[in-house]
Amino acid sequence: MDFQVIADNFTYFMIGRYPNGPLGGLGLTLYLAVVSCILSFFGGLILGLLSLSRIAVIRYPINALINAVRGLPLLMVIFWMYFLLPAVLGKPVPESRTVIAALTIFTSAYMSQIVRAGIEGIPKGQVEAALSTGLKPWHAMLYIVLPQGMRNMIPSFVNQFVSLIKDTSLAFIVGVSEITHVGTQVNNRTMAYPTEIFIFIAAVYFIVCFAFTSFSRWLEGRLAWRKSI
Amino acid sequence: MLNYHFDWSIITSGKYFDWLVSGLKTTLEISAVGIVGAFLIGLLIAVLKMSHFAPLRWAASAYLEFFRNTPLLVQIFFWYFGSYKILPAAVNDWLNNTNFEFAAAVLALTIYTSAFIAEDIRSGILSIPKEQMEAARSAGFSYLRSMQYIILPQAVRITVPPLVNQFLNLVKNSSLAMTIGVMEITYQARQVESYTFKGFEAFTAATVVYLTLSVTITAAMEFYNRRVLNPQRG
Repeated sequence: MDFQVIADNFTYFMIGRYPNGPLGGLGLTLYLAVVSCILSFFGGLILGLLSLSRIAVIRYPINALINAVRGLPLLMVIFWMYFLLPAVLGKPVPESRTVIAALTIFTSAYMSQIVRAGIEGIPKGQVEAALSTGLKPWHAMLYIVLPQGMRNMIPSFVNQFVSLIKDTSLAFIVGVSEITHVGTQVNNRTMAYPTEIFIFIAAVYFIVCFAFTSFSRWLEGRLAWRKSI
Repeated sequence: MLNYHFDWSIITSGKYFDWLVSGLKTTLEISAVGIVGAFLIGLLIAVLKMSHFAPLRWAASAYLEFFRNTPLLVQIFFWYFGSYKILPAAVNDWLNNTNFEFAAAVLALTIYTSAFIAEDIRSGILSIPKEQMEAARSAGFSYLRSMQYIILPQAVRITVPPLVNQFLNLVKNSSLAMTIGVMEITYQARQVESYTFKGFEAFTAATVVYLTLSVTITAAMEFYNRRVLNPQRG
């Protein structure tokens, strides 16, 4: 094995042609993951709250939507966005936006389950106490339940972010030049070093994802410790 | 979009219907082979992770962390494009004479899924109170026989729902096999789209297939949860 090919293309793997061209490589991977993560945090929060609504007309369709998205492969969601977005918006959509839209819809559905579990994990007495002090149900959720639930959700959010980083590799399929795409590109150009290139790319993902996985475990331990005192 | 002319007949009969059906068959084949392989490897890794011999535990942890923290797509590309340099010549010869795309996809999916299944099996075994093992040992069963007759039969019942869930993930993840040219359902939907320009119809067909699979499997799991795990609750 000869890892010279990695050293020769290292900057390209990390940031693509930036700053002389568009951002690519690991930089674009992280950009896609961070943007989709922020968007799907809010998406998940809204879907999670709506899925717990007492109004059946809201609850049922939202749950159906969440379960439908969770029943599909991400690849399928990406293809749907690829077709639907330009048709609905009536203009071409850049591939990276398509991917961000697909990742956001897909991850929101999973985040909503985390939000839901976090809210359901707060004892009923908290809501009852809040309501009996005169808070409106909406305020009880916002000021009493969510802040407590959110703390328990954080480790799961971090795990979801790790999944998101891994999922951005599928942007490859619509030609977004994140690190997996860069890997196949360099592989097609150099021909002789597929083993080295894909081991390197796997290692890069591993370093990033394992750091966040360990962070989430540390958080979990800390939260458990806080609860025990 | 308003001008789009829907033509559902192309996916409900004829050549394109046959393509989609053969795609579904391939998806199910990959998933069936994958889940059996992933269960066996996952069981082995779970046992190693609970071993009393530290290096075995470390090896199992390294395996789990590495394959869980890298994208499946990269693993598929590694096995498909890059594995020839690390595999023995005899294996390479054999692979070149079989359906290599299929083999690489199944291998990648099996290994990826096994890392998730191992954790499910391990937490299933750990959820059995340790008094069960102590009681079995004091009744004269050896360690392995206690595992076989007392612990595993109980652990398996608890592990079934997460395993079914992993099977569902495997079915969905098998869509990535299309990137190396395995003709499963997503690949075929894309084929139909590029031959007919009927993207909506083709992807609706694939979507319906995936949703049917996931709804069926989820319903079966809920039935199992009610009848087997919590029978007293009816």
